[in-house]
This record gives sequence, structure tokens and C-alpha cells, in this order.
Amino acid sequence: MDFLDRFSIPPHDDPMLYASIVAIGLVSIAIVAGVTYFKKWGYLWNEWLTTVDHKRIGIMYIISALLMLFRGGADAVMMRLQTAVPENSFLNAQHYNEVFTTHGVVMIIFMAMAFIIGMMNFVVPLQIGARDVAFPRLNALSFWLYFAGAMLFNISFVVGGSPDAGWTNYYPLAGTEFSEHVGVNYYNWALQISGTGTLMTGINFIVTIMKMRAPGMKLMKMPMFTWSALITNLIIVFAFPVLTIALLLGTFDRQFFTNFFTTTDGGMDMMWANLFWIWGHPEVYILILPAFGIYSQIIATFSERNLYGYKSMVASMVIISLLSFLVWVHHFFTMGQGAVTNSIFSITTMAIAVPTGIKIFNWLLTMWKGKIRFTTPMMYSVAFIPLFTIGGVTGVMLAMASADYQYHNTMFLVAHFHNVIIPGVVFAMIAGLIYYWPKMFGFMLNERIGKYAFWNIVIGFCLAFFPMYITGLNGQARRMYTYSEATGFGPLSMLSFIGALLLAVGFVLIVYNVYYSFRYAPRNVGDDPWNARSLEWATHNPVPEYNFAITPTVQSEEAFWDYKKNGYKLFNGEIKDIHMPNNSGWSIIFAGIFFVFAFFFVFHVWAGVIIAFLGIIGCMIYRSFEKDDGHHIHKEEIEETEKKFGGAE
Amino acid sequence: MRELFPMKQVNGYIFSLLLTVIALSVYFFDMSYAMGLTILVVTAFIQAGVQLVVFMHAGESKDKNAIYVNTIYGVVIAVLTVLGSLLAMIWGYY
Repeated sequence: MDFLDRFSIPPHDDPMLYASIVAIGLVSIAIVAGVTYFKKWGYLWNEWLTTVDHKRIGIMYIISALLMLFRGGADAVMMRLQTAVPENSFLNAQHYNEVFTTHGVVMIIFMAMAFIIGMMNFVVPLQIGARDVAFPRLNALSFWLYFAGAMLFNISFVVGGSPDAGWTNYYPLAGTEFSEHVGVNYYNWALQISGTGTLMTGINFIVTIMKMRAPGMKLMKMPMFTWSALITNLIIVFAFPVLTIALLLGTFDRQFFTNFFTTTDGGMDMMWANLFWIWGHPEVYILILPAFGIYSQIIATFSERNLYGYKSMVASMVIISLLSFLVWVHHFFTMGQGAVTNSIFSITTMAIAVPTGIKIFNWLLTMWKGKIRFTTPMMYSVAFIPLFTIGGVTGVMLAMASADYQYHNTMFLVAHFHNVIIPGVVFAMIAGLIYYWPKMFGFMLNERIGKYAFWNIVIGFCLAFFPMYITGLNGQARRMYTYSEATGFGPLSMLSFIGALLLAVGFVLIVYNVYYSFRYAPRNVGDDPWNARSLEWATHNPVPEYNFAITPTVQSEEAFWDYKKNGYKLFNGEIKDIHMPNNSGWSIIFAGIFFVFAFFFVFHVWAGVIIAFLGIIGCMIYRSFEKDDGHHIHKEEIEETEKKFGGAE
Repeated sequence: MRELFPMKQVNGYIFSLLLTVIALSVYFFDMSYAMGLTILVVTAFIQAGVQLVVFMHAGESKDKNAIYVNTIYGVVIAVLTVLGSLLAMIWGYY
């Protein structure tokens, strides 16, 4: 029994816990039964689970991200419900700690990261006229490692206990002294695995963008989203190793009794905070830059003008990427370092507002005198500009080190970062999803339902987070599971809860929209439903496996627009056989073994760890000696497909 | 014959041996800790540069600019991170 005891849930009897165990069980059974009933196992395995196609991997990333959005969203609603009235007892303190920790990790690592990487996967190869990414198999492995990490993190809630030290996981709280149960081990290993996948993605996309652009596409002729993806992946490659090491040191501390982050024997507990934010601040820009890229595409398309200030857009992203590594100390201004240190990081932080401001003005000037069409993606983009600016301005307030002593660890901070992340990243990803939906699936999402969802989300967002600015300035600390009535936070917190509900309604409407449009939307949308400008729209909807029948030749930064309006020729030459990579189950098996490895590691089951480790080595050896030269799609086959789409050039 | 003889590599080899000898001297000569560490750090960076350019053939392909820009960017980020951590955790900490 002793052996099994460790997998049980830590001692807090909570009906919610058992409810979620039942829910997870039922959903798993339903999925397995559903797939079996419709006889889709073969289809699922052959077409999706083993795929190396960047489009399908992108779609799988986005589906996972949406699932995680609802997982993290449920946490958010629970927190808002708990704090809606003073001295509420819906969640106890321990449970509340677990919920806000999970919310943070799920939303950043498993939702936002997956969403941006999914978008990059789907869009970037199309935008540069490539057939796939540089290393398709590695790409599949990246996805499955991310997925294994996400699943490991999600089972923590019912097996052994969730992490409860905040998504920032500060030591010494996260050390074994104050967090005895396995929660933080889960945190370490889930982030470790998915972080490894992200690092691989970073390398993969840098090589793809540097090496696989269509002939004629110079760096300064790349579409803006590809530029943002390039910069993002550079940041990933430089930032994620720091997280890897920090997590490893934390694992050593917790599982092998070292003293890197302890308060005794020469350990430096704040070193964790330092390393975490050396990764964590660039991470913020990893999230926001692709969002900027998507807005650039959408705003240019629906203003029917070319993007204003292309070069300054690129330059400001490069400057942001450099500055993003120079500001991390602003996350712990109150740690105790002196005025000189704080001033330096205060100034670098404020400096980031300049390139970001340049981008805001460029979007405004793109819209200036444009023929604006208020489609759903455009509405998100237009709402983004003022809302994000408010978030940015409060960010500059927080950047002032001396004033930060007032704001630190209050709801003001919570309001600020939600104010940049939701209109920044979440709006962009939803807008991008709607914008690229016809490219993915060959039909459009319903505009009317989309706009209902938009208004729910925007109004819900404002109601949920603006009150926090006020309660934060009045002194409401973040991560407090309850407060007394005398504080007066009650009414505004209730407003926040109502906002959270509206947000939830908005996201449910988006899902309903998918269902509705899948059933009723017309399928004859053509290849260019938005009257778009960049290269990805020069192929068919939905995109055939090989992307472009003939590799395009690019002469300008808005290749497709110039092809449509100015008679530039995109496709020279004729259809030839196309060489494509083979599907493979290796990636999912490899990631599955990694999952088992990490699971056993979390619980100190060393025999399991060793066996899984041998499995990992075995997978690597197999891959090293594997001979897989891919396959060819023959000319006749391509011509057939092209004919179905209404003929190629 | 002149084209076939790898002059650059031979020079690089001698130069890297020289750097190793200088680094090794820290052990044999009595000098202050700061002095010794400075010599080690400086020779290590030059050594890495020599290896990168001469033996790992950076700068011999078409995308040499990208390689150099990336390398310099990486070094800058690493140095700033280390110095910044020292600043936050030790030098500027009271």
C-alpha cells in the first residue's frame, strides 16, 4: 500500500476533486468509445497522429491550445467565483493555490505557446512558399513533446496533487521544505518536456525561414508574420535554455537534496526568480511578437493598403527582441537590490515602450485612409489597439521602480498583464484563427456569431479586468483566496466575476460557431475569400498536401497582391514530381516514453525511470539508423488535384 | 601545391596551442586570483573564436553574415545575462 499511497491526492477532501476525477474519466471513455464507434482509429493514426505535415501539426497545436484555453478558463472562472463575494468558501486556501498556479501555467505554456506555435506551423511555410518546415519529423516530435508535457501537467490534479506555488514557482516556497507533495515535481517535469519541444521548434523555424524561402524572397520581402516568427524563434533559442537549466536545478533541489535554491548551505533562493525571469521576460515577447505579426497581416488586408512602415516594423521587432533580454529584474524590483540596479532595469523597461509605440502608430497609419472592412478578425485587431495601449501604459507605470513598491503583488499587476496578454495574444490568436480558417478547412466561420462572440469577449474582458486596477491600487493583494467585507473589494470583485462569465460565453460562442459553420457554411469560398495580400493566399483552400503545385517566384513583399493587381508572375515553370517526407509513428511513441519517464521521475519510482530512459535511448538509436527517404507525389496526381480545385496556372 | 596546403588550419592549430600554453601558465606561475581568471577567460574566448572560424568553417559559406550575426547576438545575450544576474544578485544587492 505504501507504494500506491504516493499517487493519492494530498489530504484535502474536496467534492470538486472527485467531480473532476469522474469528469476526466468520463471524457476519456467518451473519446475512446466515440473513435471506436465511428471506426476512426485508422484515420486518426494514419492521417493525424503520425503526420509530419506542418499544416496538420499546426492544426493539432491549435486544437490542443483551445482545449487548454477551456481548462485554464475554467480555473479562471473558479477563481473569480471564489473572490466574487467577501469571505466566500467555494474553494479552500490550498485548492485556490492550486487553481491559480494551474491557471497561470496552462494559459502561458500550454495555451498561448501552443497557439502561437500552431499559427507559425500553419502559416510560415505557406508564407515563404515552402513545402514543409526544414525538419518535419522534428516538428512532429516538438508537438508530441509539448502534448506529453501538457497531459502530465493536467493529470497532476487527480494523481498526487497539483503544483501550488504559483506559476512563477518561487523558492523557497517551491522547495521541499514548504511544498512537500509532488506538485512542484510535476511543474518541473511538465515544463521541462514541453520546453524541450519548444526549443526544437525554435531551431526548426529559424532554419526553415533562413533556408527555405521561395526564390526571390529576400529577407526584406518576407511577409510581416514570417518576420515576427523569425524573431520569436530567435528569442526562443536564446531564452529557453535558461528555463531548462533552472528547472533542472530545481529538480535537483527537490529530488536529490542539493542546495541551489534553498536558504541554507550557500543556496540562493532568489536565484530561481532571477533565472525564471531571464527566461520569463523574453517569453512575454515570444508570445506577443507573433500576435503583432498576425495583426500586421490582418490590418493590411482589411484596410486594403500595404503595411505602413515595413522597415520600421522589422527594426522595432529586432530592438524589442534585444531589449526583451535586458529587463527581467523589473519582475522583482522589491527583492532588495539597490537603487542603481533598479534604475537600470527601470530605464530599459520603459525603453521597450518606444519600439512598441512605433508599431502601434504603424498600424494606425496603415488604416489611415484605407478602405476598412469590419470583418470579425479586423474587429479584434481594431479593439486590440486601444486596449493594448492601456495595458502598455500601465506597464510603464509598473516599470517605475519606486512606484512599483506600491503596485507589486497587487491586483493592479494582475490587471496589467491580463490587459496586455488578452487583447495582445488571445485576440490575435482568435483573429488569426478566423482569418486562416478557410485556409485550414475550406469554409468560412459565420460572421454574425463571430461578432456576438467578439462583443462578449471584449465587454467581458473590460468588466473582468478594469476593476482590478482599482482594487489593486486600493491594496488588494493577488493570490489571496478571500478577503473581509470591510476592505470594500466586494462589489468590484463581483463585477470582475460577471466579466469572467461574459468571457466564458464568448469562448463558448466561438466553439458553437465552429459547429454551426461546419454544418451550414457554404464550401465554395474560393482561394481568396478575404481579398488578401501575402503569398499564403496564392494556393488553394484548403491547402493541398504539397502546398504549391509550382514553387512561386516572389518579386515584392506583397507577392499575392501584386500578382492579382499588378500582373507580376508568381508561377513560372511546370508541374513536376514533388518530394515529400513520410509519416511516422516514431514521434508520438518517443514522446509517450518521455511522458512515462517524467511521470515516474515525479514520484521517485527509479525502476520505472530507468526502463523509460532505456526506451528513450532506444528510440534515438532507432532514429539514427533509420533509412527514410520520403516519397514522391507524381506529376499526374498533382495535376488531378489541381484540376479539382479549378485548374492551376 | 600552395592551394592544397591548409596554411590557415596549420596556423590556427599553432595559435590554439599557443593559447593553451598561455592558459596553462596560470597553473605554473604564482599570480593573483583575479589575474589568473582574467587570463583564463580572455584566452578561452579567443580560443572559441579560433575554433569557430578556422575549424568549424564559419564564414566559408554564403550565409556567413547570418552565422556571424547570430553568434555575436548569442554572445551579447549571454554576457548581458551573466552581468545582469551578478548586478541583481550580488553587486547591487544590499
